Amino acid sequence: MAQEMSQPRANFNPALANVMQWLRANVVRNGPLLTTILIFAVAYVVGGQLYPAMQKPQVFFNLFINNGSLLLVSIGMTFVILMGGIDLSVGGMIALTTTASAALLKMGVSPFVVIPLMLVMGVVFGFTQGSVIHFLKVQPFIATLMGLFFARGVAYIISLSSITITDSFYKTLALTSLPIPFIANTYIYIPTLVAPIMLLVAVYLAFFTRFGRTLYAIGNNEQSALLMGLPVARTKILSYTFSGFCSALAGIVFSISLLAGYGQFATGMELDAIASVVMGGTLLTGGAGNVVGTLFGVLIYGTIVSILQFNGTLSSWWTRIGVGVLTLIFIGIQSLFYFRKKHG
Amino acid sequence: MAAVPNLVTMKGITKAFPGVVALEDVDFALRRGEIHALMGENGAGKSTLIKVLTGVEHPDSGSIELEGKPIQVRSPLHSQELGISTVYQEVNLCTNISVAENIMLGREPYRFGSIDWKTMNRSAKTALKRLDIEIDVSRPLAEYSLAIQQMVAIARSLEISGAKILILDEPTSSLDANETALLFDVMRKLKGEGLGIVFITHFLEQVYRIADRITVLRNGKLVGTYDVASLPRLELVAKMLGRSVTELDAMSQVKTQAEQTQAVKPVVQANALGLHGALEPLDLELHRGEVLGLAGLLGSGRTETANLLFGVDAPDSGTLVVKDEAVKKFSPNESLKRGIALCPEDRKAEGVVGELTIRENIILALQARYGWFKFLDKQKQYTIAQEYIQLLGIVAPSPDQLVKNLSGGNQQKVILARWLATNPDVLILDEPTRGIDVGAKAEIQKLVLQLAAQNKSIVFISSELEEVLRISQRIVVLRDHKKAAEFTGTVDDQTVMHAMAGTV
Repeated sequence: MAQEMSQPRANFNPALANVMQWLRANVVRNGPLLTTILIFAVAYVVGGQLYPAMQKPQVFFNLFINNGSLLLVSIGMTFVILMGGIDLSVGGMIALTTTASAALLKMGVSPFVVIPLMLVMGVVFGFTQGSVIHFLKVQPFIATLMGLFFARGVAYIISLSSITITDSFYKTLALTSLPIPFIANTYIYIPTLVAPIMLLVAVYLAFFTRFGRTLYAIGNNEQSALLMGLPVARTKILSYTFSGFCSALAGIVFSISLLAGYGQFATGMELDAIASVVMGGTLLTGGAGNVVGTLFGVLIYGTIVSILQFNGTLSSWWTRIGVGVLTLIFIGIQSLFYFRKKHG
Repeated sequence: MAAVPNLVTMKGITKAFPGVVALEDVDFALRRGEIHALMGENGAGKSTLIKVLTGVEHPDSGSIELEGKPIQVRSPLHSQELGISTVYQEVNLCTNISVAENIMLGREPYRFGSIDWKTMNRSAKTALKRLDIEIDVSRPLAEYSLAIQQMVAIARSLEISGAKILILDEPTSSLDANETALLFDVMRKLKGEGLGIVFITHFLEQVYRIADRITVLRNGKLVGTYDVASLPRLELVAKMLGRSVTELDAMSQVKTQAEQTQAVKPVVQANALGLHGALEPLDLELHRGEVLGLAGLLGSGRTETANLLFGVDAPDSGTLVVKDEAVKKFSPNESLKRGIALCPEDRKAEGVVGELTIRENIILALQARYGWFKFLDKQKQYTIAQEYIQLLGIVAPSPDQLVKNLSGGNQQKVILARWLATNPDVLILDEPTRGIDVGAKAEIQKLVLQLAAQNKSIVFISSELEEVLRISQRIVVLRDHKKAAEFTGTVDDQTVMHAMAGTV
């Protein structure tokens, strides 16, 4: 009976069978990414059904306005995690950047000096962390946790209380809204553009440069990458440097949108970033993932926050619970895909 | 003979590590267009020689010439630049990225500042075509078999350096017969193109199938380089083990106690037990009070057999019957419950815990069997420890001595004590006497015989043939991951060596 059943299937139109096979292979290969996008779509639509106000197009753009910093650090985090590391210092780095730039601006330093200076600081900070991890063989978890303490500590040393930014350039950046063409009543702010641009850069880096491909190789098997003659040390350090740069950039965006600097800013954002990266389909052990997925990971996070805001009665801590549960589900899904690939 | 110029000439290579001379005045020469097998047992110095050639290690003295020019290989990367490529036993590639990337990574073609994927895939395809392999190079490496992965590794190494020399370190150890044949085709093709190939393997048959010349190392010294045609298998084995064949002939036969064949059912019975890539289906019987010797060269499948019997690995064919019960769940824990214990080969990595005391080490396995919540009181622990220290003659001031401070032989006895404390019926000893002095060896051997007299069944694995012959009642010889012969009762070592060499 079973044999008879399978007979016609084998003679099934071969062209269609090919298409099916291609689809199956590609769906499996991009499974985690597709799942992320699907979950985002479902969450967004459900939110729209529950709270009709969420159906406004501006709510979608608000996701980008509100989560620009998170997206930036998550992009940096994606690279580090792809390579098999972790960077816990990003939240501290945001706090440090906001406080340092606010203090400098208050002293009357030009924003055109402050912004590049902060970026250099991020690069140096990331480079140092990467070097400590690589050359001193310190666990990334430990090294960047120390980085977190250090950055946040310095932020508090600069100022124990919040510093307001009154610089006119920052104010212009913060308050100028850009209307979105073709969609009525929608807008974003200038700093909102930074993260999407960075995402394009990241996609280029990840898929079209030797640096990006070497990240994947190291994340899969560092020993192999070394024996393949790949520049492991350089790539490792560079990935932390990149993450440091992204954090500093996130800090600048953060300080512009809040027009303030404070050591308490972005508390726990490193964990939100890791959760977004994992929800975005990147394997926590490295070697597999996609920086585009990270965008959707962040959007899911933003959507959950939005839903809670629209609800208005639920504690904002439900965000953490939702993100936590989703992250766990994703780790489960990944194991499943990984298992299938291994045994399929 | 000297007509073919040497591709590489290594002269008087000496390399010492703290406490051990890994290579002593070794000469090695590789010709253009030859497959040169490098043979030797563990610790012979094969891998050190390769490491010197590939720049992983730097020799203390000696010279290396590449195509007549003296060279100093500084690093693995430098050796690649010189045209020396190595493909290791485990495929050192990244399985998550595409085949093309694995071949081209590090030298990706760039176009307008970004990787040119089209050209990259095309180059990778061409590189594989050279090896007569046509696959979809855009798929992740993980989707292909180990053999293909190996080919990809070879393609990469050829692509990188325009290699003149290819070193294959145990490339066939995880390939099946068809895959091996595929690899050999590739090797012959490359040999035809003028490459010099160094082939390291433990499979004697394969050496005779493909190699042109053989260099044998033993204990860090060069035994000699021979044409395959002029070196019979038995002689090769004798050279690897360090005996001369004529001397063996003259040697008196070593008797083993022939026990009356027992009519009772065996304690352990394996029927066509096998695991793809590790061990071909094998029949084995182990009786009560018997010492079964497992002989064979390194890599012949001895450890694999032990792992299957103990349940470290689950077989994919055949059945295993222990005490009249077919084994369904394969795990070390289940085996312990069935009364089987295994002393692993590498006592440092898998055996003793150096930072714990003798008493704690002995109690470990027993505690595991009791479960972690049933507490063995200290007094009882000391009694047990003291008992085994006396029984096995462990030389130590007290049961509280740290194991790392004991000699190798005494460490081995501690492991033995650990398993004996669980009172097993079947004890598998994998190389229990390696690296310990002669006196301690004799004691361990005596112990094994005593245990057998107490009706315990013992599987005794050793690279030292004499030892196997001396204490085993039955000997199973393994070769190339399958059972080559089985001897009961009296047997002389030459017969066993013939079986090990496959020249029976």
